Amino acid sequence: MKAIYMDHNATTPLDERVLEAMMPYLKEEFGNASSVHSLGIRARAAIEEARGKVAQALGCSPKEVVFTGCGTESDNLAIKGVAYANRDKGDHIITSRIEHHAVLHACQYLEKQGFRVTYLPVDGYGQVDPDDVRKAITDKTILITIMHANNEVGTVQPIAEIGKIAKERGVYFHTDAIQTVGKLPTKVDELGVDLLSLSAHKLYGPKGVGALYIRNGVKLHPLLHGGPHEWNRRAGTENVAGIVGLGKAIELAMEGLEEEAQYLTALRERLYEGLRSSIDHIRLNGHPTQRLPGTLSLCFEYIEGESIIMGLDLKGVAVSSGSACTSASLEPSHVLLAMGVPPAIAQGSVRFSLGRDNTEEQVDYVIEELPPIVARLREISMFSPEVPFSAMAGPRPRSH
Amino acid sequence: MEQFGWYSEKVIEHFQHPRNMGEIENPDGVGLVGNPICGDMMKITIKVKDNLIEDIKFKTFGCGAAIATSSMVTELVKGKTIEEALKVTNKTVAEALGGLPPIKMHCSLLAEEAVKAAIDDYRQRRGKADE
Repeated sequence: MKAIYMDHNATTPLDERVLEAMMPYLKEEFGNASSVHSLGIRARAAIEEARGKVAQALGCSPKEVVFTGCGTESDNLAIKGVAYANRDKGDHIITSRIEHHAVLHACQYLEKQGFRVTYLPVDGYGQVDPDDVRKAITDKTILITIMHANNEVGTVQPIAEIGKIAKERGVYFHTDAIQTVGKLPTKVDELGVDLLSLSAHKLYGPKGVGALYIRNGVKLHPLLHGGPHEWNRRAGTENVAGIVGLGKAIELAMEGLEEEAQYLTALRERLYEGLRSSIDHIRLNGHPTQRLPGTLSLCFEYIEGESIIMGLDLKGVAVSSGSACTSASLEPSHVLLAMGVPPAIAQGSVRFSLGRDNTEEQVDYVIEELPPIVARLREISMFSPEVPFSAMAGPRPRSH
Repeated sequence: MEQFGWYSEKVIEHFQHPRNMGEIENPDGVGLVGNPICGDMMKITIKVKDNLIEDIKFKTFGCGAAIATSSMVTELVKGKTIEEALKVTNKTVAEALGGLPPIKMHCSLLAEEAVKAAIDDYRQRRGKADE
């Protein structure tokens, strides 16, 4: 049975070279980086070398890189950390409706603590209008947080433009770049950001480690108190192996950035064209060009997303969906809904996120296998072009 | 066969080879439950003769569990009397499928209600005919 993985936005396989770099720190080089004996000092050196690689990838100073346990933690540290440290200046935060839950839920939590949050709308492509950001800023605004590219539909935001506006008004600007580091250029001065989140397992590194770029001078409270790790910004004995892995992964990603972006864009287009020519009533979600190279989000009308995923999984292909049935909360994708996709159509969404291990052969296999799956599900469904969603709405059962 | 996440073999079997899929022409009863906005909708059509569910078909917009439970419920109910059909609950359906993950139990509930709705519709139509 084939095993074709097309869910790279969810996570990526560990690169062999990254594993190799990590191994010593999982075995004989087990030192605590804070220890003052040789074993500890070598662990410390390994961390600082990795930090240098991250700094180089982001175009910042190593002192501006803080290692965390994951991307979600980076987002939480940026948002809550800045909010609590700057409460004397203001209590207003600006974000967008399509952020990852790590940002949205952190903001919602802060609202309960008395902060005010503006959730900016997005257009049909999922893009924030920088003008909306400008209009939303008040003299109480202490943070703007807008993701670099959306994980579900891949749409890239006008970060540099927003960065200029934030700078003009003297407001800290954070971007969740978890989906873009390693895929698109992410130099902090080009983006014009003060804070930037990234996560290792999205760039062929290990799970359990991330980083937060914090521009020199930004005031922020730590989330984790304890030892003085990371210049008192993130207590906790460092995940040396993980950090070394992140360093290696980001170094490799930077080396091949341009080439890989071109490769994945071509592969994505091949997949899209192939599916479009053999399946009708499908919609592309997200911006057609300002999109992550490997991300292709489609809505298949008249059928539901999880059943499509199941059909593909039985053929050895792994993808994901924005349908309610695939989320633990039974809610459909907030991103698609914010973009104005009708709920019933949002339920039929499938996300392909290609990565460096995908090939033309694999894409052609999907192009061949998906149409019959879709056709069968459309046969089973009571909806069709002749019987659209609006034609039927039954009573809601008592369980809902 | 690879198991899809949390689904039993029976669920996968019904998903790949659903029973009684389709729509009865001139049905005696139609049960329509759910809502595509919620991601789950089932349409059950029945043909009733001498108080027996002579024929039953389903159409479903929904996830793998939704398709499997609606397929299974038609299998459980076909050829039974109306009274027997009304006794089929979501638990019966889930058990017949070898169990469902907790988060998918609502699909089996929808299947139970779709059958009941079809029978309700049948009784209402007959009631009107008797008037």
